[in-house]
Amino acid sequence: MSVAAQLAMLPRSMRVRRFIRENHDTFTLELDPGEPFVFRPGQFNMLHVPGVGESAISISGDAAKPEVLVHTIREVGDVTRHLGRLRPGDELGVRGPFGVGWPVERALGQDLVIVAGGIGLAPLRPVLYYALKHTRVIRNVFLAYGARSPKDMLFAKDLKRFQRRGLNVAATVDRWGEGWTGRIGVVTKLLENMPYEPRSTIAMVCGPEVMIRFTARVLEQVGMQSSDIWVTLERNMKCGVGTCGHCQLGSVLLCRDGPVVPYPKAAPLLNVREL
Amino acid sequence: MLATLRAALERRSRARVHTLAEQVERQSYLLPRARLDDLIQLLIARGYRVQGPTLRDGAIVLGPLRSDRDLPIGFTDEQRAGHYRVVPRQDVAVFGYVVGPHSFKAELLRPAQTLFRAKREAKRVRFIAEAVDDSPLCLFGARACDLAAIEVQDGVLRDSQHPDAFYAARRAASCIVAVGCTQSAPTCFCASMGTGPAPTRGYDLALTELIGDAGHRFVVAVGTRLGADLVGELGLALVPADDADLARAALRDTRRNMRKSLETTGLQEMLAAAANHPHWDDVAARCLACTNCTQVCPTCFCVGVEDRVSLDGSETERVRHWDSCFSAEYSKLHGGAVRASVRARYRQWLTHKLSTWFDQFGRSGCVGCGRCITFCPAAIDLTEEVQALRAPVSARTRARGDSSNGN
Repeated sequence: MSVAAQLAMLPRSMRVRRFIRENHDTFTLELDPGEPFVFRPGQFNMLHVPGVGESAISISGDAAKPEVLVHTIREVGDVTRHLGRLRPGDELGVRGPFGVGWPVERALGQDLVIVAGGIGLAPLRPVLYYALKHTRVIRNVFLAYGARSPKDMLFAKDLKRFQRRGLNVAATVDRWGEGWTGRIGVVTKLLENMPYEPRSTIAMVCGPEVMIRFTARVLEQVGMQSSDIWVTLERNMKCGVGTCGHCQLGSVLLCRDGPVVPYPKAAPLLNVREL
Repeated sequence: MLATLRAALERRSRARVHTLAEQVERQSYLLPRARLDDLIQLLIARGYRVQGPTLRDGAIVLGPLRSDRDLPIGFTDEQRAGHYRVVPRQDVAVFGYVVGPHSFKAELLRPAQTLFRAKREAKRVRFIAEAVDDSPLCLFGARACDLAAIEVQDGVLRDSQHPDAFYAARRAASCIVAVGCTQSAPTCFCASMGTGPAPTRGYDLALTELIGDAGHRFVVAVGTRLGADLVGELGLALVPADDADLARAALRDTRRNMRKSLETTGLQEMLAAAANHPHWDDVAARCLACTNCTQVCPTCFCVGVEDRVSLDGSETERVRHWDSCFSAEYSKLHGGAVRASVRARYRQWLTHKLSTWFDQFGRSGCVGCGRCITFCPAAIDLTEEVQALRAPVSARTRARGDSSNGN
């Protein structure tokens, strides 16, 4: 117990191997974990920049490649801005992995619908990697991705590659921008043209709370079971291990019981303001 | 450091071992008032830092005990919602008061705790573990509600998937001398919470004070092997049957005379369904969001963290400190505080304490100590707020609450 307890709170020092600029406010860090870093898609780490602070960031890499730890981060506050200044060779602190991940095994033998909004694609990319490796056992994989504008799109190259390798990828933007010839509108519109079989589909949804609510509504309307829809929720996190209290969302301690939760658990929580 | 923690845990588990036969034979002993100091001196001699009630700045607070003279002998506390005064008693009772602004939480979950240090050398960062403090500690004078509170925090901090090493080490190194309450304050409601006023478990020794014709004395219950050791070393005699009866009667009277209560039947479900109750606005209009209730609460465990940095930025100390769900900063997410209104913050606190604590940790987060009532500058009494929240919400209010979510 004592060893685990110490490790949970003490960061490991990791070196930045690559810095990838994804778009104007989002970047990816590839870290050298030293020893293989084992995680489940959907889990997160606490990233610490000494002197600045710590932030809960989901893992955006491939769980089958534990020799590299990948985080995709949007610059929205002090810690994430400082993470954005790291370059190859710099070191930072990592604690984790924490939280409950996506139930990827449930997709086997089913259709898999992935709905992502904005940076919400990052915690779902490990699911897409998983799906690529299981294209024979997952019936069909559909990705509906929405971004605010073309310049906010993430992982454009990846998405093309996923498409080539048999995943059904559709993207939309809220606002048109230079060079965009794709769809404009809300992400739920993309679901209308996707031939998944609602009665044998598992859906994984990550994005703003309002997007989650509308997506779940659409999926339920076409006959999906609420319990087949999985979503991620977000709150302030300080410890990652269920002892600081900050990530409470009603009955749920998100770092311990989430961030991935089944929709029947999330729905009543999303329906209360300022919960 | 890990070795010392492990040693402390082992020491503790050894201390906790007692056979069924010992349980059955568990006896009470008599400690004459004149020998109370012997107990304190024995604890000190055994290496314990003894922390107990002391009188300071007009309040009974927890501080170091060097002898029985450090205890607030002959004083009591007047408590009601938003009111606390220490006044002299007519007698020389040693434990003739209830709980004050402090709780033993401050000893086990320190108000500020360094978690680790980071050293930066060019591009490299080295993280250095912080040693846990497992020096022997005696929590002297813990009341039944305090014991229950420690049990609640054990559930959160020690018995979790990722136990908190700092809490666990101090907890394992602590000896608990409890005190049965022979009086209650108007703010006490432990009886209705099922946590007091008699200590029933979670102590090494438990004292019940008796003052009367037969002299000033304590009936001492033994809870653990360690407690038995202490009693043995003091050479205490078994308690006469009369005194055992008197102690039981005193604790029974405290229970009987306790006026305040919290109706817990169906409370978890009631609060879970009360998110849109109009009464939250009512209490929010009175609540100052000052965080006093969360700081005096012996179960509130929320902590924040900060980096304390040397001027040249090369050394960082990561420090955890008590936090409160009443502060706006607490729920800050990119884009601002999730709980921007005091209404939402009071709802979070009360609902967590009495309802979602069950979902998260399998029990109530309230032990009925009444500290949050006494030390609320606006005299908000959670038992009264619960009563008001039990009033049914009209269908119209419910509908209004739902539509305000604006899908």
